[in-house]
Amino acid sequence: MTEPLLKIRGLKLEGRSDETWSPIINGVDLTLARGEVLGLIGESGAGKSTLGLAAMGFTRDGVRISEGSVEFDGIDLLKASAAVKRGLLGKRIAYVAQSAAASFNPAHRIIDQHVEGPVQHGVMSRAESEADGIALYEKLRLPDPENIGFRYPHQVSGGQLQRAMTAMAMACRPDLIIFDEPTTALDVTTQIEVLASIRDIVKDFNTAAIYITHDLAVVAQMADRIKVLLKGDEVETADTRTMLSAPTQEYTKSLWAVRSFERPLKAPVVAGSVPVVSVQNVDASYGTVPVLHDVNFDMHAGRTVAVVGESGSGKSTTARCITGLLPPKAGQICFGGEVMPADYRKRSKDQLRQVQMIYQMADTALNPRMSVGDIIARPVQFYLGLTGKEKRARVDSLLEQIELEPSEYYNRLPSELSGGQKQRIGIARALAAEPKFIICDEVTSALDQLVAEGILRLLANLQDNLGLSYMFITHDLATVRAIADEVVVMKNGRVVEAGPKAEMFRPPHHPYTDLLLSSVPEMDPDWLTNLLQERGVDNIGDAAVGKM
Amino acid sequence: MSAVSTIALGIALIAALAWVFRLAGQKMTGNAPRFRDMPFGLAFGYILGALVLVWLIWAFVQSRSADLATANKFFFLGVAIKGFLLFAAAAWIFRLLGRHVGTAGTRKLFRTIPLTAAFGILVIIVYAILAIFANVIAPHGQDEILQGVAANIIPGSDPNFPLGTDQIGRDILSRLIYGAQNTVGIAFATTLLAFFIGGSLGFLAAVVGGWTDQILSRGIDVLMAIPSLIFALLLMTIASVWSSRLGIPLTVFMVLIIAVIDSTRVFRLARAVGQNIVVMDYIEAAKLRGEGMWYLVFKEILPNATAPLLAEFGLRFCFVFLTIAALSFLGVGIQPPLADWGTMVRDLAAFISYAQFAPLVATLPLLAAGAIALLTVAVNFVVDWMLQKSSGLKE
Repeated sequence: MTEPLLKIRGLKLEGRSDETWSPIINGVDLTLARGEVLGLIGESGAGKSTLGLAAMGFTRDGVRISEGSVEFDGIDLLKASAAVKRGLLGKRIAYVAQSAAASFNPAHRIIDQHVEGPVQHGVMSRAESEADGIALYEKLRLPDPENIGFRYPHQVSGGQLQRAMTAMAMACRPDLIIFDEPTTALDVTTQIEVLASIRDIVKDFNTAAIYITHDLAVVAQMADRIKVLLKGDEVETADTRTMLSAPTQEYTKSLWAVRSFERPLKAPVVAGSVPVVSVQNVDASYGTVPVLHDVNFDMHAGRTVAVVGESGSGKSTTARCITGLLPPKAGQICFGGEVMPADYRKRSKDQLRQVQMIYQMADTALNPRMSVGDIIARPVQFYLGLTGKEKRARVDSLLEQIELEPSEYYNRLPSELSGGQKQRIGIARALAAEPKFIICDEVTSALDQLVAEGILRLLANLQDNLGLSYMFITHDLATVRAIADEVVVMKNGRVVEAGPKAEMFRPPHHPYTDLLLSSVPEMDPDWLTNLLQERGVDNIGDAAVGKM
Repeated sequence: MSAVSTIALGIALIAALAWVFRLAGQKMTGNAPRFRDMPFGLAFGYILGALVLVWLIWAFVQSRSADLATANKFFFLGVAIKGFLLFAAAAWIFRLLGRHVGTAGTRKLFRTIPLTAAFGILVIIVYAILAIFANVIAPHGQDEILQGVAANIIPGSDPNFPLGTDQIGRDILSRLIYGAQNTVGIAFATTLLAFFIGGSLGFLAAVVGGWTDQILSRGIDVLMAIPSLIFALLLMTIASVWSSRLGIPLTVFMVLIIAVIDSTRVFRLARAVGQNIVVMDYIEAAKLRGEGMWYLVFKEILPNATAPLLAEFGLRFCFVFLTIAALSFLGVGIQPPLADWGTMVRDLAAFISYAQFAPLVATLPLLAAGAIALLTVAVNFVVDWMLQKSSGLKE
């Protein structure tokens, strides 16, 4: 075997919190051959990104490398001088960050940022680099490659920007690219395009890559080998196929098993029963821009309606109409057969109580200066008028319902909770109002799979015990499979298809539903290849949408 | 040799020294990263800093060796260096004390506190004690005219009056101590009032938005468009007529006028901070719960805005304080015979011109000015530290 490109040995990193240094990575080895793609997976906090950055000899502020070596092509990056590292980074080692929108400088055109690296490193002249950039854009299948680089970052879509960033990383033809969750922030349909582009270009230029993600199905498509991390320790490393078919460690098996949660089908709704919430002929607009067009669907007691669609399809706007934050231009929202006032300010306290909401970002949904107890106690006191011991007892029982120990969590602040625990507090706050109907707005999309699974199970149990109805807004079809009874598919502010889950997952579909369904990555490592062949390699994504 | 060529030669010398320094560092330490990756600019800075330090030490020795009461061009520099060292030592001891005395919470706080903030807190505590217990501490009354000792203008020459007496025979030390009570007390009250007005209106504009926001904001813009000191001066002139007619002390008008003018800045900040908080999901949740305005502003928004508002409070306090001193200096602020630092600077300003041949006499007006400067610096140190703490930055 020839000398590997990247060799990390016994790497230990420490992070600083309150004056003390605590370990983040406890001695990880990593070897990467030329042209090889290594997938790094693990939950958030596992140290994936820290390890990815350390592979470039770089640490974030407040993090230090305490032990070990990082050797890139025979050069020890930890001992190399700043001048040597400057010569390597950007030229031979490149980095693609999670959020392309946050990584591009919004004040400069894309191509101007693209040529910076090659010109700075003296690889190409500006004109050559521009021409090369256009060639790369074409290779990455960006629309209108001749001109797209001359736009500003905000003038192109998220998926296109992510590909432009990959092109930028490729500008100097590096030997190693580190991809840090490049598709996590994208819709499934967009994700496919980016995945396919990245995979092809890495293969064409024989670039080695470290692909960091928490999505197993994605890593299965991209990586030759997979390394699983847990709390800064390596769990196991193996070839992608071996890893998927025969994981040896318990933790890896539990990761793989996540997608198995599915609820039994419920009996169909009795004809003629009054729906809990009924959205009737709703049109809505932000200012003069119309967003919803004639949206109609019903939600029945004890059932979950999943509303799916890509971002911008009007899912969240529908929720805003139901809660009364955005009064519809036409149409009405009925609650238990009665028409609700369109504006939340005109609704009675009891009407407000009946509709509760759980938010996507638990971080911004909980007041950071209020304790868990106060957050949950407020609706208890506000709606039910309980005070003193009764209030405390009610809060304790709610905390038990969301499977958190009351005595331990009552006085904590949101910053002292994990992401999943915060989301549970959000659920408890909604339950505290004793509603009939809860809107769950992407409640699991910011969470790791194992944690998200726990939240879904909790919501399912609560529904069975309390007879709640959920409107479940999501773009993740795995979640839909797991929890929904009925599915509403939205696109461009219109309902394109609606019906029971079993029907929705059975062909024939509306072409858009079909595109959504087929875009969800599967654990099969050949899935992307097969899908691209099916759709025709040259016209993935954009073209598939255009076909409809 | 012209000045330009002197400077050019000096820079060239420092540059050469810096280059030698870096090279020597690399050779001596066997190419340690500290010297290997040192940019030339940093080496230049080190050398420049070292040279300035050497000059300061030389100047300090000069200032000590010469006769105190007569002309000495290094006198004030010497005082400044002594003061700096003294304050640094005091702050260091104070911090050391804080680390071993007090509750677990304060001990933890003092372990992470920077020296500048410790200094700031120490100064603020001393000022607060002086202001509160002024009548006990001060040896004489603030408007007490002592017979036969007028214009004892050399500090330290009479042990009964450590800082001397002014033209009509009032003890300057006593007046300085009472000045803390008057100036700081009034500034504190004014700042509180400014925050109450500006803060509540700012949050109101942020939460309600729409027309309310437009009317309030544009009104504030109009007030802010007028230069604040001139505006205050104008209003104070009008108020001085009213105060004699209505029998209300002019100080009350001054507090009101400065509070209103300064509340415009607070309004801007409160509105900006409030707008960032209002878009949070927990505010939406509270609105959807049907909560009233009072609960939204005081329970949901205010607790999350305390850090920037507190920081602004510190800064605003300094500005209010300086405005009062400036108005007093101009003769429309705190009225005699009340002791006030601004007035004291004005009354003794003539002695500044003695600096050339009798530096000790020239310190007289500087005492009150120094008291103002010290508090301003101290408050800013504390504010900087709080801002850094609240932003969660790690250095």
